[in-house]
Amino acid sequence: MMKVLVTVKEVAEVEEDFVLDGTRIDDRFLEYDLNEWDDYAIETAVQLAEAGDDVEVVSATIGPERCEETIRMALAKGVDRGIRVWDDTLASVDLLDVNAKTEIFNAIIAEEEPDLILTGVQAHDDSFGATGVSVADAAGYEWAAVVNALDLDADAGVAHVRRELEGGVEELTDVELPAVLTIQTGINEPRYASLRGIRMAQRKEIAQQTLDDLGLDEGAVESQITLTDMYEPESESDVELFEGDADAAAASLASVLREKGVGAQ
Amino acid sequence: MSDVLAVVDHRRGQLRDISFELISAGADLAADLGGSLHVAVISGDVEKFATELDREGVDTVYTVAHGEEFNHDVYVQAIEALFDELAPTAILMPNSVNGLDYAPAVANRLSLPLVTDAIGISYNETLSVAREMYGSKVETTVDVATEPFAVTIRGAEWPKAKGNGSAPVEPFEVSIDESAVRSTVTGFEEVGGGDVDITDADVLVSVGRGIEDEENIELIEELAAALGATLSSSRPIVDNGWLPKNRQVGQSGKVVTPDIYLAVGISGAVQHVAGMKGSDTIIAINTDPNAPIFDIADYGIVGDLFDVVPVLIDEFSS
Repeated sequence: MMKVLVTVKEVAEVEEDFVLDGTRIDDRFLEYDLNEWDDYAIETAVQLAEAGDDVEVVSATIGPERCEETIRMALAKGVDRGIRVWDDTLASVDLLDVNAKTEIFNAIIAEEEPDLILTGVQAHDDSFGATGVSVADAAGYEWAAVVNALDLDADAGVAHVRRELEGGVEELTDVELPAVLTIQTGINEPRYASLRGIRMAQRKEIAQQTLDDLGLDEGAVESQITLTDMYEPESESDVELFEGDADAAAASLASVLREKGVGAQ
Repeated sequence: MSDVLAVVDHRRGQLRDISFELISAGADLAADLGGSLHVAVISGDVEKFATELDREGVDTVYTVAHGEEFNHDVYVQAIEALFDELAPTAILMPNSVNGLDYAPAVANRLSLPLVTDAIGISYNETLSVAREMYGSKVETTVDVATEPFAVTIRGAEWPKAKGNGSAPVEPFEVSIDESAVRSTVTGFEEVGGGDVDITDADVLVSVGRGIEDEENIELIEELAAALGATLSSSRPIVDNGWLPKNRQVGQSGKVVTPDIYLAVGISGAVQHVAGMKGSDTIIAINTDPNAPIFDIADYGIVGDLFDVVPVLIDEFSS
């Protein structure tokens, strides 16, 4: 029996045009979805479950009721059950920092004792890219960040991984289990949920937990980090835009390209 | 206690550029704090590295000789020991792939608040860090209430430290607990070889997420052929398996510097820009006038690539 925990996050995508409201983006311009990196982590876990005899995949998230839809989508793709942590204390926190997330996931890990934990490299919204490794250290698990290939040898207790370094170089690393791996996009092709999967997901459990349920108090999520300002970056652009309809704009671009010798025989 | 400890990055025998950017960021912060800048280099040929790291603004270089390549378990233990010895106010680390493999563990181990991917740092009684959110759509300021703290910095945001310093080099002994080293690097591999070397091309036509569907890639292939250009792409196209890895431009792909870089349906995320901003002329076609690609483009069309590209193909096919 092997247990895989996938930590996931629902994140907001911002529309092309948006309005700021203090240190937030006005909710009217946000669309919520599963974090892209986490989708690859879920696929990795589900593939392990399909390849193994007795693998349970559990998904955990921190977020309000709205996130149930996202968790449900993970269940529809083959995750066995979900855990969602939320309460009034969490709702009142503006920016949940890495330490706070670590406390929460660490409490879940103590309860679930997974053999392997998968999470996305980073969240699209705040892009801290730190939760997975921080959680690993707190839980006493080994880890590897930015993994783009995984060959798990559960019997030997080793994950053979590739870490995607900069500049087209991959590092081959052996990681002792139990471990946390942060999963990079492109490691696999995340599936779409099937209709059957969506139906089955309706019957799967999403356990709701509060900080109290996890044995944590308010102090555990008190952040040392505050978001004090949000603004649109100043454009340093001196781009020359070709105006007009597609024909006119393309013709202008074509003449610039020709001036630069493109297309010359 | 008002010092800065900056931990540098190296790989396969070379210091990475961000090491010298860390020195610049660290020297500024140390000046604001009224303290010293300690630079630490861990593993590899530390004596050679120490000589290279002795730039203006560095007060001491600490060397930890242990193994050749990066191992996060070794780094975490070494930084923990350095922190105990030096009691710095700030630990600066790189927001590189390896930085992200140890910085969160360091912060957790030492119970420090952590801010990652900083693009600006200022200190005026408290620390303020500038960073982006929502894929560069907005910039934010985060304030850190307590000291000491840990920050990772984004590459290419600070200048590389220059000049020669006169910093003493202090070999720092750490007894590494080998039982806590539970991962082993077994090798490296260059990826993205194959039929085409996009770093050789004079003209690149690069396709991004805006292409929407695999079958539409053909349209951009046609454009590249009409222009006598080489086809490249941004990350999502390779992640989707629509083009092979050797076509990928960006931080984790190739760094290209062609005469002309035509970005079609590419928004210009920071990881992509890191791979192509050195191009002589950058041209962008994108529906979103606020897309960051227009910040670095010389020419642009705000429009639908499916309208513009066929006309452009016609222009060059006749």
